Amino acid sequence: MAQAKTQFGYRRHPDQDHAGANVAEYPVVVVGAGPVGLSLAIDLAQRGQGVVLLDDADRIGEGSRAICFSKRSLEFWDRLGVGQRMVDKGVVWSVGKIFHGNSQLYQFNLLPEQGHRRPAFINLQQFYAEAYLVDRVEELPAIDLRWRNKVVGLEQRNDDVALTIATPDGHYRLHANFVVACDGARSSLRQMVGAEFVGQMFEDQFLIADVRMAAEFPTERWFWFDPPFHAGRSALLHKQPDDIWRIDLQLNRYADPAAEKLPENVRPRLARMLGHDKFDFEWISLYKFQCRRMDRFIHGRVIFAGDAAHQVSPFGARGANSGLEDAENLSWKLDRVLRRLSPQSLLESYHAERSAAADENIRESTRSTDFMAPNSHQEARLRKAVLSLARETEFGKRMVNAGRLSVPSVYETPLSTADGDAWAGGPRPGTSMPDAPLSARLGDRVFLTEAFIRQGTGFTLLEFGNGAATEAPKGPGVIRIGGEDGFRDTEGLAGARYDAAPGTAYLLRPDGYVAARFRHPTRAAVDAALARASGLN
Amino acid sequence: MALSTSSNFTKPDDAFRAVVEAHRGLNDEQSADLDAALVLILANHIGDLDVLREAIDLAKRRMIDAGQQQTQQQQ
Repeated sequence: MAQAKTQFGYRRHPDQDHAGANVAEYPVVVVGAGPVGLSLAIDLAQRGQGVVLLDDADRIGEGSRAICFSKRSLEFWDRLGVGQRMVDKGVVWSVGKIFHGNSQLYQFNLLPEQGHRRPAFINLQQFYAEAYLVDRVEELPAIDLRWRNKVVGLEQRNDDVALTIATPDGHYRLHANFVVACDGARSSLRQMVGAEFVGQMFEDQFLIADVRMAAEFPTERWFWFDPPFHAGRSALLHKQPDDIWRIDLQLNRYADPAAEKLPENVRPRLARMLGHDKFDFEWISLYKFQCRRMDRFIHGRVIFAGDAAHQVSPFGARGANSGLEDAENLSWKLDRVLRRLSPQSLLESYHAERSAAADENIRESTRSTDFMAPNSHQEARLRKAVLSLARETEFGKRMVNAGRLSVPSVYETPLSTADGDAWAGGPRPGTSMPDAPLSARLGDRVFLTEAFIRQGTGFTLLEFGNGAATEAPKGPGVIRIGGEDGFRDTEGLAGARYDAAPGTAYLLRPDGYVAARFRHPTRAAVDAALARASGLN
Repeated sequence: MALSTSSNFTKPDDAFRAVVEAHRGLNDEQSADLDAALVLILANHIGDLDVLREAIDLAKRRMIDAGQQQTQQQQ
């Protein structure tokens, strides 16, 4: 069953011989080499920062854990140079079906339109994602990944953080300008800064089993309310690579976890669901969950990201994906602060934007959980009404909540410049950039998200040309669509998705979020928006 | 105030009667199911969260008043 997929060796580092005044000092130490810590380290390294990445284990593995990675996460991973590998290995899907009892209630498509480089979701075992990220880390000399390095002490000082680290060779110390804690739901750094982590605990128990079988089910997310094979409860079936299927069954609140986990007890349940028992177990886990977040994501020079900062229920794929959004949000800001291009207060926008996103994710996943596991007779009655109305009404279908799948948050943020012009559509400031297909001069197809990567890691001005090139502001990269030398919007989708007219320009942040947009940008207006988005006002 | 509390039916008795008759012959459990579905159908028809919230507040206020009256009677 559960096996470590990749084992990494501990290696003694010369820093371990430094003590006293000679303790090594780094701009950033990232704690926790999960998907969030690895991605953050890569992003920082690609921006030119030296990063030490510490992990208390020496392996990746044990179950699939997160399996659904969103379009937004894939676009981030594209920027890190690992997106294609994830997509090649992953199972691409966008359709979900909801069943009630024996029959299908409805189906949804999370990405009904064409012209996007990446699908709505891929399913990929977390250990593959981590392994690919580790491979990428090893290509980047700026990242120093140290396994079996456990942070056991943390001292905040005026200009840095002093860490005490336990290794198989004993303790040593490191100093860091900033420490980013990506050390998971049971974060020990969170305890070290004395932060509380409170929220709502859910009583219902869920059983996750990953089984290996050859099956003809389509690559869709299937969710059942009250299925014949699991009366009165809910069930989820989802495909992963390598003929592995994720099955999630809601259990009784009072079920005995030890007994429920036993393969001989799980097997008959799943056999009823699948209609056969030709499957092998890869992983079985029983869990309860909490929805909670830290009050503050920033404690002095220690910044929290991913599950260390916030936890949600698994319904909606909002755990790993929101952690990755944390990483993409933080890295460019941290880079600017370390380069002294922006004041440290820019980091405050990380807390503001991502804690609001965490609230949204908690709200959405709490609602899904309450719908799946009603808390009272009346809640159950209302759910029953929704499920029965869903058979014949559109509004009933839309009220059925079997998990609202992760979409990037829209930020109400001081980094945005409010619209001064009239817009009938397009992404407003604070929204992540929608993708669109373009053609290069030679006719090659290029997606907007690819053009965004090619022009650099900083701010970008996306211009819809009006024949003559406008005066380029100093600093940001430029993507020009139309005009003499720009990309061609052959299918008209870029123009439509950005509500573009000749002269329209969008200022994009390094994380691909819209900072400002203009019908007819002036140099002064773009400069002001840039300053605002950089935290310089 | 977005919620209309003036009388909107030409014949309010007909509306009240329609709801009453819908519950005829149902036991409490079935009646509660019917009401749950009815609330959701009407809420969707209204399609305005502010109106819905005001309606909920108004309905809840009745319950609180009734509860207080009961307490007072017991005292």
